[in-house]
Amino acid sequence: MARPVTDGWLLARALRTPGNTLALDPAGWAALIATARAEQMIGTLAYRLEGLRVPQAVARLLADARASAAQGRVVALWEAEAARRAMAPIGVPVVLLKGTAFVAADLKAGQGRSIGDLDILVPRDRIDAVEAALISAGWEWVKPDPYDDDYYRRWMHELPPLIHRERDRMIDVHHTILPLTARITPDAAGLLAWSVEVEPGVRILSRNDMLVHAAAHLFADGDLAGGMRNLWDVYCLVDQFGTNGLAERAAHHGLGREVARALRLSAALYGQGARLNPADHLYLRRLTARDGWGRATRPFTRLGFYVRSHWLRMPPAMLVRHLWTKWRGGHRGDIV
Amino acid sequence: MRHVFSVRIGPIGFRIGSDWRAPIAQMESLYTDYPGPHDGVPDFNVRLFAARPWRRVIRPSVMIGGDFVLPEAAPLPLAQGLLAAEMGMNLQMALGQRRYLLLHASVVERDGRALVMTGMSGAGKSTLAALLGTRGWRLMGDEFALLDPATGLIHAFPRLISLKNAAIGVAEAAVPDGVFGPLLPGTPKGDIRHLVPNAAAIAGMDRAADPALILFPRFGFEAAERYVAPSEVFVRLTQASTNYVAMGERGFDALTRLVTTVPARAIDYPDTDRALAQVEALWRDL
Repeated sequence: MARPVTDGWLLARALRTPGNTLALDPAGWAALIATARAEQMIGTLAYRLEGLRVPQAVARLLADARASAAQGRVVALWEAEAARRAMAPIGVPVVLLKGTAFVAADLKAGQGRSIGDLDILVPRDRIDAVEAALISAGWEWVKPDPYDDDYYRRWMHELPPLIHRERDRMIDVHHTILPLTARITPDAAGLLAWSVEVEPGVRILSRNDMLVHAAAHLFADGDLAGGMRNLWDVYCLVDQFGTNGLAERAAHHGLGREVARALRLSAALYGQGARLNPADHLYLRRLTARDGWGRATRPFTRLGFYVRSHWLRMPPAMLVRHLWTKWRGGHRGDIV
Repeated sequence: MRHVFSVRIGPIGFRIGSDWRAPIAQMESLYTDYPGPHDGVPDFNVRLFAARPWRRVIRPSVMIGGDFVLPEAAPLPLAQGLLAAEMGMNLQMALGQRRYLLLHASVVERDGRALVMTGMSGAGKSTLAALLGTRGWRLMGDEFALLDPATGLIHAFPRLISLKNAAIGVAEAAVPDGVFGPLLPGTPKGDIRHLVPNAAAIAGMDRAADPALILFPRFGFEAAERYVAPSEVFVRLTQASTNYVAMGERGFDALTRLVTTVPARAIDYPDTDRALAQVEALWRDL
């Protein structure tokens, strides 16, 4: 059986021009669906293709994905409500980040989006109170390892993850959007100050700060895992709100370069295209490293970005110390 | 992937890719009478692959991958590649299925009405289903009952019947003309041998059925039977479902409808002949 030559561009093109999927053969559909699942974008694809006359087997599968995303939305919003109730007594509003924010505000980026953990932002000087409030409401520690715990508290932009003992859902409590060890320090207080209320006690970042956060997460922190989905968020936010004032806001947070790159790459994948520089092509190569079975491909490109993510996160001496401790700990693969 | 096999089991299409020929060849032979996925597009992918390139050849061991995976699945030796494929297919269903509420149960059908048998592993539900399938019932499946929230009907999922340990001999004696897969000794679940569902089960796999009786069989006790209240059935079936929580309100509604409209009994049985007689008697009295 012939292997279809394909990568993440198959998914990007389907999202950009849904009508073109009607030309796919069965193997093409199988590859598109496997890729979308692997990138956690099957719900997004399902909403994007809704109403097209796709083959019946595909229509059924996409209907399942929409139902699943709708249920995911219910669960995510309920989790946000649970956090709001836990934090109301201490007077700290829940500022939602990422997926939950998109669905809470009914944004285009939230349509069909898969949502894992609940990510919230709180003022750094209230973080102890927030932690205590959450623990008394049933959340518990996930990471028992003292090194990890200490690492999170000293150097990360969030508490070690907490998981709710009854609902089995994780919450990430952030006090800023990049690790404290990163070379860039965004204006965390400004993020909170400019946040917008969506309902009493529940807020989301301003539209420009949502874009800044997406770009920071992608290019100044992680190894680009989930990057296709994050850039779809960027594409949708720009499509819905435009970029008025974005460059100034990004510069204010020290993330002008990252935001500009996010705009170029999201336009290249999902929009009208953009003038790309050589590094952009390398990023795209990493972002679309996925085959028609949903497998990760291009291991050396991936490794390069993985190393880069650690380089960005911490100064060299600290990185060496960190990797040494992790390696000695038996390399269990849960490197922070 | 290097070797590929596609198959449809009831309403669900699978595409199985493998680094090795052997498991694919076994599936082609055992699933020879099955159709391919609807429209050629599978619902789920399963991948059988070597953890490292050289493990394809040296002490080959099969990792199970797919659209949905558990983080710490252990590999199986290549001799158990068929089992790996079957486990991979079950795993996709258990973790990824969102169209049907999945109940860990065997199902047989007569006159358009379904008997659903569920219980702990070792309760004998696979064996009973296989035997009933040779005695005037249509086997709908031995692993999952697919309950459709939209219609309340049960859809067939007649994958290979997975016989374990003592059940292998029982089935070999009871179904002498059955098509069996290779004996797989020493798997994580003991000895396993697969039995191909008979022609009636395969030919009828697109016919859904109205659930008529839910049975909780238990092997190894004196014959007895007991009424099971809807509340208890509900709780036991939430535990027997792999996707009840993920299905949300649709799952709750489907299960509520099932337990409030379909009677349930628990039976204890000392041997399979006795169990078959108990089942027939209960069915007559419905």
